[in-house]
Amino acid sequence: MRLRWALHVGVMAAVTMPFAFAEGRSMSLPKSIEAGSSFSIQTTGSGHATLYIIGTGQILKRDVQSEQTLFFAPGSLYNAGHYLAVLSGESFTDTGSFDVVPAIKPANLSFLAKPSRLPVGLHDGITGAVYVFDAYHNLISAPTPVSFELSNPSGAVQKRIVVTRDGAAWTEMDSTAQQGIDRFVARVGEISGTRVVEQVPGDPCGLKMIAKQSGQQVLLVTDAVRDCNGNAVPDGTIVTFTETYNGSQSTIDQPLKHGMAQVTISTHNGAMISVASGVVMGNQIRWEK
Amino acid sequence: MFRPFLIICTLLTAAAASASAAAQATVRVETVNLQASRPLQEQTGRAVIRDYLQSWKILTAALEQNRADLLAPNFVGSAKDMLTATIQQQTELGISTRYQDRAHDLQIVFYSPDGLSIELTDKVEYDVQILDHGRVKTTQHAIARYVIVLTPAEVRWRVRVFQGAPR
Repeated sequence: MRLRWALHVGVMAAVTMPFAFAEGRSMSLPKSIEAGSSFSIQTTGSGHATLYIIGTGQILKRDVQSEQTLFFAPGSLYNAGHYLAVLSGESFTDTGSFDVVPAIKPANLSFLAKPSRLPVGLHDGITGAVYVFDAYHNLISAPTPVSFELSNPSGAVQKRIVVTRDGAAWTEMDSTAQQGIDRFVARVGEISGTRVVEQVPGDPCGLKMIAKQSGQQVLLVTDAVRDCNGNAVPDGTIVTFTETYNGSQSTIDQPLKHGMAQVTISTHNGAMISVASGVVMGNQIRWEK
Repeated sequence: MFRPFLIICTLLTAAAASASAAAQATVRVETVNLQASRPLQEQTGRAVIRDYLQSWKILTAALEQNRADLLAPNFVGSAKDMLTATIQQQTELGISTRYQDRAHDLQIVFYSPDGLSIELTDKVEYDVQILDHGRVKTTQHAIARYVIVLTPAEVRWRVRVFQGAPR
């Protein structure tokens, strides 16, 4: 039974094939083309047909009248992807597929740097991520070297070269010891993107105050407040003076002004006075007249 | 952490879009080649995969019905622009396309250090039916590799780059 069916199919195919071949058409396709480049598709056979080029990125449709080479001008297919080609006539269909690959030359960078502001002296505190695109905004998936460069006003430069994988590359950089505006540059060939990263002083370091008699009161004044790298902590940073006497406590918050904080208080003989800024403790003084 | 894992599962996502997209695709996910400086939480990974697969449903419906307005919740940026242009070309030419995804072989390949983008590759197996003025011209089975970049939005990850790549 199975053999008889196979014979039947074989005979039918042998009878119909010459007609299909005579009326049908076929085409030869490129295996792949670069996005935006010109290409051609050659068709053979006779009879009117329609050529469809179908992809999620683009659709083309052409009438084909007779055996001919169809030329597609530069820019006809520019979205990278997998495309099906279908040559369809009244009684025949020929199909094939080909790829449109991104252009090799980078034309755009998507560069994101984080954060835009951070304290000095943080290891791997700054991150940068890059996606590399061609002129048609196709992600270039071929490995491409990306140069990351972080420079600060003092002239210190950190540089890394990272090769993209699937169009993406990323890096981490240290924030330097110097406060200031850093330039973070990602470069691929002639294309570059620049982001600005502000490095601000860290927490106060070695916070110290002195106490002086001032009339009937006591003047408390800090040294110039700096972070551990010697950067001046910005004015407005709150410094807290705390007086402890006989089991009771009173505090005064004072913003830094011209790099220092000072306050005049009425205190008791034998009181303990301490200074702090945020979580950073400074020195402690026992007030004796 | 989103440990490397391998799943073969049947999509249970509701077919929000296409009435004809009744069949369900098999999905396989790997994270073995992930390049990232920050750990990818399992919940994040699952959300990204869920939203990406949902975007295929939307894509299918939009290309079948030639309705670019369907794309907005799931596509953004160049992916949305590209698909909108494709739908416009289809409309002008009297064409519509019915995509039916059969299988997805997904890899999460990049998670940006700021957590603001995730890149996937998908070896997707699908059928595509081409209709010219409502007349079916052909149905083809295809296997293609896609590179996808998603970025977070208010309630979901949206596809920002959706690009076929050589296998």
